[in-house]
Amino acid sequence: MTGTHRPVRLTDTTLRDGSHAMQHQFTEAQVRATVHALDGAGVEVIEVSHGDGIGGSSFNYGFSKVEDITLVRAAAEEAAQAKIAILLVPGIGTMDDLRNAREAGASVARIATHCTEADVSIQHFGLARSLGMETVGFLMMSHRTTPEDLARQGRIMVDAGCECVYAVDSAGALVLAEAEARIKALVAEVGGEAQVGFHGHQNLSLGVANSVLAFQSGARQIDGSLCALGAGAGNSPTEVLAATFDHLGVETGVDVGGVLEAAEEVVRPYLPRWPKADRTAIVQGWAGVYSSFLLHAEHAAERYGVPAHEILQRAGEAGYVGGQEDMLIDIALQLSQERDLSAVGAR
Amino acid sequence: MSTKALAAIIGPGNIGTDLLAKLRRSDHIEVGYMVGVVESDGLSRARDLGIEASSGGLDWLMSRATLPQIVFDATSAKAHRAAAPILEEAGIVAIDLTPAAVGPLVCPPVNFTEHVAAVNINMISCGAQATVPIVHAVSSVVPVPYAEVVASVASKSAGPGTRANIDEFTHTTSRAVRELGGTARGKAIIVLNPVEPPMIMRDTIYCAIPADADHDAITASVRRRVAEVQEYVPGYTLRNDPQYDPPRESWDDHGRVTVFIEVRGAGDYLPEYAGNLDIMTSAAARVGDLVASRLAPLVEEVAQQPSPNRVSEEAAS
Repeated sequence: MTGTHRPVRLTDTTLRDGSHAMQHQFTEAQVRATVHALDGAGVEVIEVSHGDGIGGSSFNYGFSKVEDITLVRAAAEEAAQAKIAILLVPGIGTMDDLRNAREAGASVARIATHCTEADVSIQHFGLARSLGMETVGFLMMSHRTTPEDLARQGRIMVDAGCECVYAVDSAGALVLAEAEARIKALVAEVGGEAQVGFHGHQNLSLGVANSVLAFQSGARQIDGSLCALGAGAGNSPTEVLAATFDHLGVETGVDVGGVLEAAEEVVRPYLPRWPKADRTAIVQGWAGVYSSFLLHAEHAAERYGVPAHEILQRAGEAGYVGGQEDMLIDIALQLSQERDLSAVGAR
Repeated sequence: MSTKALAAIIGPGNIGTDLLAKLRRSDHIEVGYMVGVVESDGLSRARDLGIEASSGGLDWLMSRATLPQIVFDATSAKAHRAAAPILEEAGIVAIDLTPAAVGPLVCPPVNFTEHVAAVNINMISCGAQATVPIVHAVSSVVPVPYAEVVASVASKSAGPGTRANIDEFTHTTSRAVRELGGTARGKAIIVLNPVEPPMIMRDTIYCAIPADADHDAITASVRRRVAEVQEYVPGYTLRNDPQYDPPRESWDDHGRVTVFIEVRGAGDYLPEYAGNLDIMTSAAARVGDLVASRLAPLVEEVAQQPSPNRVSEEAAS
């Protein structure tokens, strides 16, 4: 089994999940500076991709300022010890995108599906392994299924060649024991053959707490972003994770001072806004809505004059999953029509 | 005396069974045979309707005294690649619902007239059947340098073939968006949603349009096209008026039109939410009708044999 030999390996996703908060406008200079700082601080895996994975640049998710393959290549050049990871969401990105990313220097393939749809990733794991890449399976929106089913989905990924299965709390909706139960179920199912990981969001301010519980339940790989830069209220901050695990005496190989400096000196100056649990982000955690919907809902809210949190609330009720950003415009139109109707009725 | 063309369906699964239900309403086609490779519920259902059905595969079909004029293939890309030359050799028109793409990609209201005489017609993908008509409707009014389509389907309606090769969907659909839709660049995205009750198929079509595009003309073209598709997919509807966004620098100074489509299935054999499967069988049945209406009907042979359909109608009544 490959993966990490450490008790916990931190994977930094500032340059992938953070791409959502940056509206996919990362420049090559920002990527190089961030990779340089993380690499120097001992972070062993750095994820670089469009927020919706390689190939995600689009009308639906937002066009990248710089092609993600160009950014992957720059990151791979910049990193001295760290591995560069990419995210690929089957149905959005393709195996051609994966080959291009490998050629550009990515060595970890993180393949993401909705938590109940793992079987669409089988082909992509096969290709990633044949390209000699380390593999991670990303079961998104893990709160939307039971721990038992999540474990069955993890099994599908591991059988396809996945070396570490993540419970991904895309909506920042898992509360403590709920995160714990999912990690334990995954470890029980695949523990002998693959590692287990956790990716948290801060919508209910529990990303770090859930990550500690995940570690205590057997997770070996944990995701974070510098300054929490990521979708929704942001990710578990890498620098807080590093400090917390250090406090617990759990070795991550990451220099706490180094990531604090990376957060403060490199990322903070380019933050468009510091991700925080404001009304819309809390509604995402509360209603279990995909965190990446945040800015799309805000844009639709502005365009159609309806509140963003109402759009998100309705997206949660409808059970929309990652990738259905187009439906936010549809909801905004509905809300706007309903308001027009009630305004007419009031007259 | 029958004036219908004689047809066979290979692949007696959900798609083949739903297609059979649609073809039984056709004025131009009579399904004589249903063919599988193992005994299955689908074959039994066809027999219950009085249709000659066999698990003997293509060999069985090709050994019939009266060969069909049209074969609908609802098996797999691999099986269709093997069947295609045999059907062509026998002069049988193949309407291919698999992703094999042996013949030209066809979307009925967009380009059927260019392929009236094709011996093999490929029905592309559900996403293409739902979105390419709209891309083409927009590109008929203004130049569209880039179009992007997002298909959301219920998890329960995505079969094992789609799941095992989701890239095939992405590639085939984006190719159809470009080649049939009439755009230089195209992108296709598919999302599977497991929500209960299952969601009805939704499609969103984004087209980059010139800054000075005539929005009213585009909207009118889209509405006409939706009405054309409704002729063979009654549950194909616009969810909202087309939405226009002003030009942006990041869009190469182009504006954008967004069209929201819902595809509710007819609920023949497949459930209503599976609009993605319904639009495939509906489009295939439509192409079948168009092909059949130009073929000389097998009047003598069909008339001399007891019609399977007539038998079944008697059985049903």
